[in-house]
Amino acid sequence: MSFLSTLFPAYAEIFLLLMVCVILIADLFTTGKSKSVTYLMMQFTLLGCSLITVATHQNGIFYLLNNMYVDDLMSDVLKLLSYLAVSMMLVYSRTYLMTRGLFTGEFLALTLFSLLGMMVMISASNFVSLYLGLELLSLSLYAMVALQRDSAIATEAAMKYFILGALASGLLLYGMSMLYGATGSLDIITILNAIQHGVSNPSLLVFGLVFIVSGLAFKLGVVPFHMWIPDVYQGAPTAITMLIGTAPKLAAFGFIMRILVEGMQPLMVHWSGMLAILAVLSMAIGNLTAIAQINIKRMLAYSTIAHMGFLLLGILSGGIEGYGSAMFYAVAYVLMSLGGFGMVLLLSREGFEADKIDDFKGLNQRSPWLAFMMLLLMFSMAGVPPTIGFYAKFSVLNAAFQAGHTNIVIAAVFFSLIGAFYYLRIVKLMYFDAPESHEKIYMQPDSSLLISINGLAVLLLGILPGTLMSVCAVSVQQSLMLH
Amino acid sequence: MIFGLPLLSVAIWLPIIFGLLILATGHDRNAPMARKIALIGSVLSFLVTLPLYFDFDKTTSAMQFVEMKEWIKHFNIHYHLGVDGISVLFILLNSFFTPLVVIAGWKVIEKRVAQYMAAFLIMSGVLNGVFAALDAVLFYVFWEAMLIPMFVIIGVWGGPNRVYAAMKFFLYTLLGSLLMLVALIYLYNQSGGSFEILDYQEMAIPMNAQVLVFIAFFMAFAVKVPMFPLHTWLPDAHVEAPTGGSVILAAIMLKVGAYGFLRFSMPIAPDASHSLAGVMITLSLIAVVYIGLVALTQADMKKLVAYSSISHMGFVTLGFFIFNVYGMEGALLQMLSHGFVAGALFLCIGVLYDRVHSRQIVDYGGVANKMPIFAAFFMLFSMANSGLPGTSGFVGEFIVIMGSVKANFWYAFLAATTLVFGAAYTLWMYKRVVFGDITNDHVAHLHDINFREKIIFSLLAIAVLGMGLYPLPFSEILHVSVNDLLVHLARSKI
Repeated sequence: MSFLSTLFPAYAEIFLLLMVCVILIADLFTTGKSKSVTYLMMQFTLLGCSLITVATHQNGIFYLLNNMYVDDLMSDVLKLLSYLAVSMMLVYSRTYLMTRGLFTGEFLALTLFSLLGMMVMISASNFVSLYLGLELLSLSLYAMVALQRDSAIATEAAMKYFILGALASGLLLYGMSMLYGATGSLDIITILNAIQHGVSNPSLLVFGLVFIVSGLAFKLGVVPFHMWIPDVYQGAPTAITMLIGTAPKLAAFGFIMRILVEGMQPLMVHWSGMLAILAVLSMAIGNLTAIAQINIKRMLAYSTIAHMGFLLLGILSGGIEGYGSAMFYAVAYVLMSLGGFGMVLLLSREGFEADKIDDFKGLNQRSPWLAFMMLLLMFSMAGVPPTIGFYAKFSVLNAAFQAGHTNIVIAAVFFSLIGAFYYLRIVKLMYFDAPESHEKIYMQPDSSLLISINGLAVLLLGILPGTLMSVCAVSVQQSLMLH
Repeated sequence: MIFGLPLLSVAIWLPIIFGLLILATGHDRNAPMARKIALIGSVLSFLVTLPLYFDFDKTTSAMQFVEMKEWIKHFNIHYHLGVDGISVLFILLNSFFTPLVVIAGWKVIEKRVAQYMAAFLIMSGVLNGVFAALDAVLFYVFWEAMLIPMFVIIGVWGGPNRVYAAMKFFLYTLLGSLLMLVALIYLYNQSGGSFEILDYQEMAIPMNAQVLVFIAFFMAFAVKVPMFPLHTWLPDAHVEAPTGGSVILAAIMLKVGAYGFLRFSMPIAPDASHSLAGVMITLSLIAVVYIGLVALTQADMKKLVAYSSISHMGFVTLGFFIFNVYGMEGALLQMLSHGFVAGALFLCIGVLYDRVHSRQIVDYGGVANKMPIFAAFFMLFSMANSGLPGTSGFVGEFIVIMGSVKANFWYAFLAATTLVFGAAYTLWMYKRVVFGDITNDHVAHLHDINFREKIIFSLLAIAVLGMGLYPLPFSEILHVSVNDLLVHLARSKI
């Protein structure tokens, strides 16, 4: 009993793991229409996880399992947001998956396993647990991309994703082994101490750092390690694309915070320079290439690359201001991205993917409300006030400016101007063009309610962003306080 | 404060709330209701701004009707509103035009009526916000937010090339705004964490930084004014926009850019303003003379008035950068007058376009034979546009020319050419459209303006003549603020 009570902060992960097993078994006994039972069980699990995470929250930073696992405010906030993102993704994608026969036990289990992976990534404080979380997430996602077995494009995407993902994991592991060699530990705090006290070989450290940053960049999908993103986003079933494009970015933010910020703060001069190159390249290539896309999933993929550039810009600026703004950016991005992919899912129907940007033509005539929601989402991604996307960009730019990266700020501003064009084009198609089909948009009440909440949240959080901003700043501050 | 209401907040949010209400009416089968709500909303919104004028204290340049609430604590951003003599008149001008635009679109707009009306009401509220905001981020939010309804208005209800025009409009303006954002971030950090515009005006800034800040603001505001050579979006936007869109663009949106110079560029970077004044004056004079000549050659009526707007706005920036009280007051009066006159001219062209569906001058001729009342109104507004004494157009131009004589005779000489060119292009267009024999069947079947249109034109005619004959009610409001601004500009902030 005493051992179990030491695991108190990790109850949410344990509960999730148990529930995955229960759902897997329950799935064997449900067939056809009664799939909604397992669906409800999943939503219940996510709700349960959030309640547990809130209930087990304690002020301060707690280490358990020999410093493998850390529980702090940032991890709790990120986890809660991940549950929310996964839960929203399930609501959006249920009809889509059911009509395509993909709403299977495998999907349910893999989704929850990927969530578990994210949670471990967010709460890991050792290279081993970090890596385990990352692989649990990645392996689940590889399999999910290939869920549509008879689709050539999905299989190709899964292969690409797997091979490049494996390469990235290799790079990351190589980097970790270098750091292990330099500091003699896999524990993040010990590594930090070793670096701070200068007992380790600096050139070996930086050498390892390069590999770690490359691995992270691969996983995050920033230029020049972004090649898999567009293909995977396009090839995967939209629901899976949505999963890949949303909650894991929160986990990736947590991952970078743990490795680079908590573990290698003294090496910031080195990694911030590397991140600067990645950030500027991502914003440039992402925004420029997105212009040429005719597939909206591909366009959103390139837009993701550009957004990740902004996220990195926040992180490389450093300080509470920088990390807080990066976290705020990640949250804003996930919210917008859920809405964007949610819209694609809403417009799709059996035998029709709605993944061409031309499928948005004349949406305003078919459904003014949906068009208005998409307008909010697009303006938010473009960073036009009064939407959350503006404050996300604003706080990152402010942090970067304070850190003295004026040139990068100006570059970021120009690339977001270029980015505005392709978001505007979607608005143009919806409002200014005539629809290509007048097929009635059939919406489930739950997903249409959710898209309204999603769109209005983008607007309301843009009008009153103060609370979310403070939450991000405070959680980053508390997590870094003791380091 | 009337009945304890925060007047500025009401002026901003009332039209926005009405706009959302109109959106809720939804489908076009409810169009009559959407129109009625729009009219009630816009008239109410105008009425609530009247106390801003009557309760205005003309003896001080301090901000009045101030509202201040914490908004985003993390960045020390406040919901801070207030007006001085420079901004208050534009809120009135804007609120005055919204009902006119609603009435002008009453019958003409047949598809997606609710969205059309809602876009104009929301934009009206947002524009009031731009003029009333005293917090830089609040200003920026309103500044950018006004792009969204305008983008939609041009793109949905505009002419054949509307998509190109809407995109060009949006991206041009966004470019300028983003640079302004960088400048604001700089000022925020330089001021030790304040987004108060009034703090920025008092803060010392080194010369090279002032120049950069000035350039960043210049990009934002010069695009909006628009100043030569950043003006090329305007003719496209004007030509393609529906009548109401052109009216609001010309009457209000261009003024937002000029207002920005007075609220941001000049007081925050006075030394840079002085040292770059030569450039600004040159650009202004190019606009006055060269764009005036360009206007002369236009075959499209809307384009002609659009170029004439650029030329007239050149007067405004000229007036600002000669740094004397005549120049600045004349420029502000010119802004108001141009609001009335250009708005009225676009409405006149709209009247013709609704009947004939052409904006080309050659498609008209002899309109006076069929539409005598309209011809009379059109005559008045054309005269005002050419700066005839007794109309509002004369007051501003005359005072600016007077001011520039004091600064440099040649400025005044070049600026005064507008009296020739302005008369030439406006009256020549008027002659070709209105006088002569009836040239074609379209014109032969014209019918004169109806009651609705008469109301609009009468209101504008009263404004144009009133301001031309007795400008004191306008100039006395802005006098103290302008004087204090000039005193402020004379002090170095390095």
